[in-house]
Amino acid sequence: MANNCSEQNRMLRDISIIDFTLVELTEYLDTHPFDTQAMEYFNHYARIKNQMMQDFACRYYPLTTDTSTDRKEWNWVLSPMPWENVEDPYPLADSTPGRPCNNNSGRGGYR
Amino acid sequence: MWSYEKRLQFPVNIKNPNAKLAQVIISQYGGPDGEMGASMRYLSQRYATPYREVAGVLTDIGTEELAHLEMVATIVHQLTRNLSMEEIKASGFAPYYTDHTVGIWPQAAGGIPFNACEFQSKGDVITDLFEDMAAEQKARTTYDNILRLIDDPDVCEPIKFLRQREIVHFQRFGETNREDCSIFSKR
Repeated sequence: MANNCSEQNRMLRDISIIDFTLVELTEYLDTHPFDTQAMEYFNHYARIKNQMMQDFACRYYPLTTDTSTDRKEWNWVLSPMPWENVEDPYPLADSTPGRPCNNNSGRGGYR
Repeated sequence: MWSYEKRLQFPVNIKNPNAKLAQVIISQYGGPDGEMGASMRYLSQRYATPYREVAGVLTDIGTEELAHLEMVATIVHQLTRNLSMEEIKASGFAPYYTDHTVGIWPQAAGGIPFNACEFQSKGDVITDLFEDMAAEQKARTTYDNILRLIDDPDVCEPIKFLRQREIVHFQRFGETNREDCSIFSKR
């Protein structure tokens, strides 16, 4: 599980990095609404983030309710809250383990 | 409308509890220049601007401030986890503990409760934007003061991230307040 956990944290960190780019571009574009190059950057990173959110939901748990996947349990509420800082956050011992989705290329697919 | 992402904007993983630090940092939750005042200030000011771009900046920065509010609460929560009664007594945390145990409650470092008088919503876009630029600098100063008081890298890193965001937001508010905002479409 240790490897699984570090992979999970790595994916979360990557999502944070890409989303930070989107936050910066959003606020920049709000004051530069005709900057087409910034819009191209935004669209590029928005696609990457969307894929990463889907991948994370398939492997571990959904970070948003609308990326929730088909499972035996509602893991939106069973997965950890962001302030918990636990070593081995998910899957829980007695729940369905995380598994890759069938409909995407899995790890590294967004790179 | 808002939706929630179940993650922090910047990671917070604090290993060592420290109630003294928590009492200082809670000021950026509910203090005079904290994230609660920041988010409520921008999200409340949105309705008075005739410019969509200004309303957009206020919406998006106000939303980011909510994410910062969650980060600050997480720092305080992790700094006050698993404290012994001896640590609570020795760190000066007993007055807060009496009223809130280790729950998160918006107050300033000096114990003053959060108050909407910490911000304005004046109904005048120029007045509001100048307040917003000042507010970002006041928050930046507060984060500078906090960084002088702490040395745990687990706490410093997220605080440095939050400080840096104040500078970017000052820049964005300055751009919305520039003279050529006449290029913005008037509703």
